Amino acid sequence: MAGSTAKQVLFEPIFSNNPIALQILGICSALAVTTSMSVSIVMCLAVTAVTAFSNLAVSLVRTQIPGSIRIIVQMTIIASLVIVVDQILKAYAYEISKQLSVFVGLIITNCIVMGRAEGFAMTNPPLMSFLDGIGNGLGYSVILLFVAFFRELLGAGSLFGVSLMPVVNEGGWYVPNGLLLLPPSAFFIIGLAIWGLRTWKPEQVEEPDYKLSRHTVKEAF
Amino acid sequence: MAKAKDTVSRTLMVALVLSIVFSVVVSTAAVMLRPAQIQNQNLDIKTNILSAAGMLEPGSTAQDIEETFARFDVRLVDLDKGDFVEPSAVGVQDPMKYDMYKAASDPEMSTNIPSSEDKAGIKRRPNVAKVYTLSENGELVRVVLPIHGYGLWSTLYGFVSLEGDLNTIEGLGFYAHAETPGLGGEVDNPRWKQQWVGKELYSDDPTEPQIRLVKGGVSADAKDKEHKIDALSGATLTSRGVEQLVNYWMGERGFAPFLKKLREGEV
Repeated sequence: MAGSTAKQVLFEPIFSNNPIALQILGICSALAVTTSMSVSIVMCLAVTAVTAFSNLAVSLVRTQIPGSIRIIVQMTIIASLVIVVDQILKAYAYEISKQLSVFVGLIITNCIVMGRAEGFAMTNPPLMSFLDGIGNGLGYSVILLFVAFFRELLGAGSLFGVSLMPVVNEGGWYVPNGLLLLPPSAFFIIGLAIWGLRTWKPEQVEEPDYKLSRHTVKEAF
Repeated sequence: MAKAKDTVSRTLMVALVLSIVFSVVVSTAAVMLRPAQIQNQNLDIKTNILSAAGMLEPGSTAQDIEETFARFDVRLVDLDKGDFVEPSAVGVQDPMKYDMYKAASDPEMSTNIPSSEDKAGIKRRPNVAKVYTLSENGELVRVVLPIHGYGLWSTLYGFVSLEGDLNTIEGLGFYAHAETPGLGGEVDNPRWKQQWVGKELYSDDPTEPQIRLVKGGVSADAKDKEHKIDALSGATLTSRGVEQLVNYWMGERGFAPFLKKLREGEV
């Protein structure tokens, strides 16, 4: 990672090294909070803020952290930031914080935050770490909003709560796809997103773990 | 370097300093934001009450809600006797501060419901409930009652609002539940909730609520149509839960004794 520029650190996680699509981290919340665009946006902001500031804080004290309690120190920093974010949401965005419910608290367990703290902030200066946090938050956001776009549009016929396709239950014509309101549907959409991304950037396709060798032994009949 | 920072005393020191710094950060945030949070929670409850009573204008501001809600009287009711009780009886000054759902888990302040009678699936019922009454020119025009019970996945919490005759439903709404989105979750659908308006709780016996959620819709000439509501499609268990919980809370073990006394002007 040494020598990478600020621009790389900030923008690489969006498509080239996306935390959800390539590193396959943070899937749990990507399934849970993507039923509507507005909720997803708040979740993205929360995760981006936590990742950025925890990276900053971890990086600032990285030379002081004893190796033996490294992970616990990171956890403490992350958990504190998450509590602060949760308190702010409860004070200023109550409706949305009700919908996000436990998932704000669960940012603590979001592997992206911890992964970046351990993988980047521990070995890089504060400013770069902060940018890396923002970048990874944006990468997370891109996928979340992509998923939420399809789930809200096809599952509820609306975007940002504004009805675009009036649904049958409210006297319209659109029969909503109930599956898209349920968490498993996000798996399909994330899967399709990963497929699309890897078709566009074939270098992201992993080497197969093993190859079937050619069948050479001729069995006697 | 690596050696110096890995000694036991150094490790303890870092842990201690870190804990202190972050506990200060967390407590500062919690203390400073607390007033705004409490205000939000109160506003949320008031919004839910007004929305069940059909008194929530679209696009009303926090101030509108406070003003409309101020017209309501908040009273506490002893469910068994059906009488109003003073807030001091449950140890609070302001009746708004009484939390009947917290009281339901306190053995001193609640009663166990025998499973044969537990239609709403709530196991324990608080002895004292919080009700909201609205009077105009000395005449009772509206009563909003809290209701809750089990659906398919979750306990549904809501309010039902009755007209001054204490029989006609003016509105019903749930503010907290975790039913399946798109199926049971349609309890939030405004069109479905609209059906409750004008339905009647009781027929002859004022302790036996007759609300039924029926399949296939309620036609204009259906028998007892004033008690019938079209069930939610694809959500049999949620519908059954809603039917049971409304009947439980409006029945003898719920608000019926209170409504009876209120109707006869005894309280």
